[in-house]
Amino acid sequence: MLEIKNLYASVDGKDILKGINLTVNAGEVHAIMGPNGAGKSTLSNVLAGRDGYEITQGEVIYKGDNLLELKAEERAQRGIFLAFQYPVEIPGVSNVYLLKAALNAVRTYQGLEELDAIDFLSLVREKMQLVKMDEEFLYRGVNEGFSGGEKKRNEILQMALLEPSLAILDETDSGLDIDALKTVSDGVNELRSKERSIVMITHYQRLLDYIVPDFVHVLSDGKIVKSGDKELSKELELKGYSWLHSEGPAA
Amino acid sequence: MAEQKQQIEEFVPSEYSAGFVTDIESDSLPPGLSEDVVRQISAIKGEPEFLLEWRLKAYRHWLTLETPEWAHVTYPEIDYQAISYYSAPKQKTDGPKSLDEVDPELLRTYEKLGVPLEERARLAGVAVDAVFDSVSVANTFQDKLAEEGILFMPFSKAVKEHPELLKKYLGSVVSYRDNYYTALNSAVFSDGSFVYIPKGVRCPMELSTYFRINAANTGQFERTLIIADDDAYVSYLEGCTAPMRDENQLHAAVVELVALERAEIKYSTVQNWYPGDENGVGGIYNFVTKRAVCRGESSKVSWTQVETGSAITWKYPSVILQGDNSIGEFYSVAVTNNMQQADTGTKMIHLGKNTSSTIISKGISAGRSQNAYRGLVRVGPNADNARNYTECDSLLMGDTSAAHTFPYIEVKNPTAQVEHEASTSKISEDQLFYCKQRGMDTEDAVSMIVNGFCKQVIHQLPMEFAVEAQNLLGLSLEGSVG
Repeated sequence: MLEIKNLYASVDGKDILKGINLTVNAGEVHAIMGPNGAGKSTLSNVLAGRDGYEITQGEVIYKGDNLLELKAEERAQRGIFLAFQYPVEIPGVSNVYLLKAALNAVRTYQGLEELDAIDFLSLVREKMQLVKMDEEFLYRGVNEGFSGGEKKRNEILQMALLEPSLAILDETDSGLDIDALKTVSDGVNELRSKERSIVMITHYQRLLDYIVPDFVHVLSDGKIVKSGDKELSKELELKGYSWLHSEGPAA
Repeated sequence: MAEQKQQIEEFVPSEYSAGFVTDIESDSLPPGLSEDVVRQISAIKGEPEFLLEWRLKAYRHWLTLETPEWAHVTYPEIDYQAISYYSAPKQKTDGPKSLDEVDPELLRTYEKLGVPLEERARLAGVAVDAVFDSVSVANTFQDKLAEEGILFMPFSKAVKEHPELLKKYLGSVVSYRDNYYTALNSAVFSDGSFVYIPKGVRCPMELSTYFRINAANTGQFERTLIIADDDAYVSYLEGCTAPMRDENQLHAAVVELVALERAEIKYSTVQNWYPGDENGVGGIYNFVTKRAVCRGESSKVSWTQVETGSAITWKYPSVILQGDNSIGEFYSVAVTNNMQQADTGTKMIHLGKNTSSTIISKGISAGRSQNAYRGLVRVGPNADNARNYTECDSLLMGDTSAAHTFPYIEVKNPTAQVEHEASTSKISEDQLFYCKQRGMDTEDAVSMIVNGFCKQVIHQLPMEFAVEAQNLLGLSLEGSVG
């Protein structure tokens, strides 16, 4: 699905990613953990194709294509979905309008017909149950006046609707109370499948109790310094990130 | 970010899709303005004496005036002697009796513009009084409207058939003395639209006029006069387009609306005159005076405008709230791109008691354009409990455009409540990336964000035109994000 080889990226001349290697196969859930400033968000932005990052070395292969050559919207159309850490407000644009535009952009790329209003509504209603959202959310401005939890649920709703091949969840647990965290995690777990890969980026171990990953990687100073399974995250929780620096880079 | 800029530049020369010239013979007066020209226009149109006198008074007054210079726009001086003041498509007889008699070239022009003239008109339920340069060439739905006693006709026809209404209302809202361009228009106006809705009649369809400036070097000076008698209602839409030319063309129109007791007039404009190219060459000078009077008690006038075209826009659709409990509304979207300049807004003049007005203005500036809101809220000494709410929002795209707000408030009655809110924002990179990450391309994303920004105004437009306006917003801003 996704193969990151020796990836270096910088912002304004400052190196942030310094040789990332990571392979994600279909159906796998990977958690990327790390302290603040390790480059977690940079990695998700680079994968999603945000402007402002310079790739200085390395490559990223997604479904056999050179991902870095594609525009952000092309990556989205090919099934890369980023659940934002800070979902953006778009005043005056109704949520339902954005959802429909997004779904139809993806469908058009896939050579499918655009859904008409009626089919679309019944689909979106079904998906909304997954994250326990009321229909009134559809008609509010995109993320306008949403609480932190509502914004994150809205992200997962979009993921459910767009059915991506690769979902990157950037700090999806931040700003959530325990109930909201459970709702969001249940939604994500529903969306796990053999065809879909998930990369979760998080600071805390807490999320991994709800969405149990197949692999855990620790990102520090722009590199993956340790990889393991779920037990690694528990160890981290116990010993803190500083523990890794004393152990040196992972094999 | 560099990539972003590059994308912008690729999109910027968005083509003006209505920029074609119709090849038909025109009857035009040679350029120049004099008393003689005024007399000739009046004679060509076979006008009664009172109208000629009125034109001449306006002309003589115009001679004493100077061009106004207070607006936040700059342009080279206009040579009024270089303009031809009359241009009419050649006609076999007095005028076409049906669509079959209309020059097929003309009809094709309308088709390209998407004017719903024939079947489409019937389907959409729109009656069109199409003004081609200076003379109305086609009028639809006359019969159906006539059944209700509604008059909807070219101005020149109304002059002949209903001189009493004209005598009573022409110039009663906008005096020829009002300003430089109203004096000019009153002297040389060639045609326009006239609407009269009788007492108690609700006009069963949207009335629509499509204005289009065609011949080179002709100024377009049309007049629109709409009268809604007691308890009447009408919704009127005007759409404007002009072909691409290197010279600047002058458009100085006058629109007068009169709402009598409990009457309501809704006037919507989608203005898409040629804006000039990206270097500011060519384009329409749109110097228009639009004013309504709520003369009767509990009457209401609502202006909605979506302005995307013209090199320079100078217009302030206003409402004089004379009747007690009358209501005035102004909803506006003004988009400027490249070198366009707009100085637009409204005046709400509260004279009657318990009058209220709402002003919602959305300005969007892109390219190197200048976009100004200029508004006046005046509450007279007798206007007890007058209320106004004003909201002015500006959206900037890129770093080289500018937005300005000039609100004037004059309150002479202590019971008045006047609120003013203003905001300026930019389309953020975060918003764009969010939309792109959901699979939308830059153009669609910009169009969606801008339409969200303008929603309050677009919602005021009649359904079928709201869609057109939304498309137009996207088109005029293609590639202008930075």
